[in-house]
Parts: sequence; C-alpha cells; structure tokens
Amino acid sequence: MDALASFFLENQDMVYIVILSIFLGIEVISNVPAILHTPLMSGANAIHGVVIIGAIIVMGHAQSDDYLALTLGFLAVVLGTLNVVGGFVVTNRMLEMFKKKK
Amino acid sequence: MSSFLLELSYLIGSITFVVGLKKLSHPETARQGNLLAAAGMGLAILGTILFHEHNGERIGNIGLIALAVGIGTVAGWMMAMRVKMTGMPQMVSLFNGMGGACAAIISIVEYHTHPDGAAGYLLVVFLGLVIGSISFSGSMVAFGKLDEKIKDFSAKWLTVFNLLLLGVIIVVLATATMSPITFGPSVLWILLALSLLYGVLFVMPIGGADMPVVISLLNSLTGMAAAFGGFLYDNQVMLTGGILVGSAGTILTVLMCKAMNRSLLNVIIGSFGGASGGAAAAKGDQTVKEINLTDTAILCSYASKVCIVPGYGLAVAQAQHICHDLEKQLEAKGVEVYYAIHPVAGRMPGHMNVLLAEADVPYPKLVEMEDANSMMSSTDVAIIVGANDVVNPSAEDDPSSPIYGMPVIKVWDAKNIIVMKRSMRSGYAGIENPLFFHAKTKMLFGDAKDTLQKLVGEVKMM
Repeated sequence: MDALASFFLENQDMVYIVILSIFLGIEVISNVPAILHTPLMSGANAIHGVVIIGAIIVMGHAQSDDYLALTLGFLAVVLGTLNVVGGFVVTNRMLEMFKKKK
Repeated sequence: MSSFLLELSYLIGSITFVVGLKKLSHPETARQGNLLAAAGMGLAILGTILFHEHNGERIGNIGLIALAVGIGTVAGWMMAMRVKMTGMPQMVSLFNGMGGACAAIISIVEYHTHPDGAAGYLLVVFLGLVIGSISFSGSMVAFGKLDEKIKDFSAKWLTVFNLLLLGVIIVVLATATMSPITFGPSVLWILLALSLLYGVLFVMPIGGADMPVVISLLNSLTGMAAAFGGFLYDNQVMLTGGILVGSAGTILTVLMCKAMNRSLLNVIIGSFGGASGGAAAAKGDQTVKEINLTDTAILCSYASKVCIVPGYGLAVAQAQHICHDLEKQLEAKGVEVYYAIHPVAGRMPGHMNVLLAEADVPYPKLVEMEDANSMMSSTDVAIIVGANDVVNPSAEDDPSSPIYGMPVIKVWDAKNIIVMKRSMRSGYAGIENPLFFHAKTKMLFGDAKDTLQKLVGEVKMM
C-alpha cells in the first residue's frame, strides 16, 4: 500500500491532469448532434492512436541486441501508425460527404 | 533546448486534440477539427522522434522506426481509402483493435526490460496490458461480427463465466502488483492470455443491434490504455489524448444507450439476439399484402407528403443515390419528401446520415426520430427501405419483445406504409416484425436498388 501511496504522491500532477481531462472530455462531447456520432467516434478513435508515441519510445530505447523488444516494438509502431493514419483518413472521408451538402 | 521543443510539441498536440474534438461535434467545423487533430498528432510524433531523451540517450533505431511508420501509413491509408461507406463501422473497430494491441505490446516490452519496478509502475504496466488486450481481442470479434464472419453465441453460463473471469483477472493483477514474487515474471503471459480470452467472450454474446455501443465502449477502453502509457513515460500528450478519448468515448457510449433506451449494464450482461427468435414465431398464419411498382408509383406521386425511412438494407444495396433520385422525381411533382432517421439506423449512430450525405441528400431533409414521429400523422406514405428493427411496433406494445422500450419511428401513424424488402427475413437483431402484417402495410419485395430504380422510372412516366 505504501508503494501505491508514494506512486500517487510522485505523480500528483499527472493525477490532476487525468481528473481535469475527464471533465474536459465530457464537456466537449455533450450536445453533439446524433448525425455526428459516427464521425466523432471515428475521430476519437484516431486520437487514441497517440499511443504510437509510447511505441516509438519503446522502440527508440531498445538495445540493439534485444530482439524481443525490437520485434515487438516494430510491430507496435506499425499497429499504432495504422490506428492513427487509418483513423484520421476514414474520419476525413466521412466528413467530406457532409461538406458539399448545400 | 530539445526537451523544451519536445514539451512544446506535446503541449500543442494536446491543445489540438481538445479543440479538434470540440470542432468535431459541430457539423460545420467537423472536418477542420479532424484535420487539426491529425496535424497535432503529426507534430507530437515528429517531436518524439527528433527530441525525445531518456537518461540522456536520444531515440535510436531511427531507420527501423521510419520503416514501421512507413508501412503503417501506406497500409492504413489504403485500407481507409478502399473501404466502402457501408463497411465503415468494421473499419473503425479494426483500427481501434490496432491501437489496443499497440498499448498491450508497449506493456509487454516495458515489463520485459524492467521486470522489477515499484508497485505503482507495475500497476500501470499491467493495467495497460489488460485493457489493451481486452480492447484488441474484443475489437477483432466486433469486426468479425459486423463483417458477418462471426455468428452470435450466447448462453446463460457465459455471463456467469465472464464475471468470474473478470474477477480472476482483477485478483491476479492486484496480487502481481502487491507481491511480484507470487507468480514470478510469467504473470505477464497469464494476464495476457486471460485478457485476450475475456475480450473475445465479452463481445461474443452481444447482439448485432448493440454492436455500436460495444465499439464505442472498446474505443474508450483503448483511450484508457493509451493514458496508462502516458503515466508510464510521464508523457502528457499520451495522457491527455488517452483520457480525453476515454471520457468522451464513455459519454458517447451512454448517449447511444439512451438512444436505444437501454442501460449499459443491460447491453453488457443481458445480451439479446440469438435466443429471442421464439418470441413472435407463433404469428406464422398471418398474411402479408403485396403491392406492385405501378401502384406504388401512383400512391407516391399523388401524395402530398412522403417519408422515406432508410435502414441498413439501403446501405448494403448501395441504393442511397437512387433513393435521392426518387426524392427529386417526387419533389418535381410537388410532393414533399423527408427522411426519417433513427439514431441507430445502419450499424452505428449517425451511419445513415453519412451514407445519405454521400448521395448529396440535402441536410435539412434528414429529420431526426422525434420530429419525424410528430410529422408522421400528416404523412401520406411512409416508404421503408431496408429498415426493420427501427420500425418495429413490438418495441411499443409487446413487453415480451427483446426490443421493448426502444424508441422507434412510428410509421404506423402514416396513412400508408410501403415496406421495401428483399425477403421476409427478420432484421439484424433477429426479431419478428409485426409491422409487415399491419393493416396499412403493403410489401414491395425485391432488391432495394433494383426496385427503387424501377420505381423512379415509373414515377417519371406518371
């Protein structure tokens, strides 16, 4: 338990970011019209692709003889990029269709 | 200087995510918001590659990273450009699974390199692993189901088993965090296996109609997994991005549940679908009335107000363009036409709006369910194209029906109902629809695209 308490104290500012981001997320999304639910979900899907940064860090600091870390890191970067690029492109394609409505 | 530039790129990235998400929730600015968030993401990624330092060491293996990013970009781009609009929900689910897998792999590599961290560190690593893996395997099953490659499977024991499995995962995770010696390093693989299994079994029994809710839920799970990565590396952009998606995704999930008048718990535990076929099977002796194309054309052309209720069938048949043609032909004859859009028509909320927008249907013609229902009594003809569950009267008057309580479009208030359908097969939720036997209903059998095409021709000749 002590270990967890010290973890909390060490990361206090991160905890604040988490709490405030939760409220921010709720606030930003409320009042979204139903027609935008799908593009919004898809856009949010692309944003959590930010996990790719973690993959790059893992890959970038892997020792050059640590083949497990290198292989898995490589895979993680590929998957993360798929998430980011695919997510934004799909969202853009959906939204393109709304553009020429008038 | 370089760490300042790194933090600056993260700060700008975080701001673009918030502003982008905000802009995404308004029709006029949505596209801009998406591009903004994408630019912010690009900046944060570039910043990481150029400026990230760990114990004084710069990012290495740049060649391999560039190769991996290159492969991912080309593959992601191709997949996203090639997918048909009808296949969009599967695609989102697939990309979501990729993100989950990425988060899980990060945890695996982290644990592999530093297996002896403090409890807080271990907790974050394990949570990232568990949530990422559940999100990955769950998304893959959701993908398979939406693509109709995997069938629903539900059983009473599965609900109990799933709860037990979740309990086991929590216990193992807590034990491994508190006293790492108990399981030794192999705990990583135990947690991985259990989480992957849970993801599969958790999505397996959930009925087709509830799939959008599940994808949205998995989406917010991946967001959380990304946020744990942010904790791991003290990385603010991962943290804000992940948490934003986590909380926004949760709210979106709740909104979707509300649209179907179901609680989240009900969706997850009380799965419907496969087991409910027997409920209305006794009505076999009822007969349906058919109508031919010419009569339909006459009925529509001399109406003053026509309502089109599109469903997934319209999307599958790629008939949205011809549907728009029909609307234009009828308008030319002075008929007022509007589309009644159920919030969960199609396979995802708002899916139908995307499809109709693709066919250039003007925005004001898309009427949301509540307004459509109040307009229905003054409507002469309601044409149902490939929709089923969203116009099922059982949701209003049959408490034994699995969709009882779900808000539906009350087409039976219109003076005439025409149902365009390929066959008498039941809808995606696997439920019998008494609307087809309704006194006002006439069935027009055939492929939606083909039938609409011919109908447009008939209307033209009137």
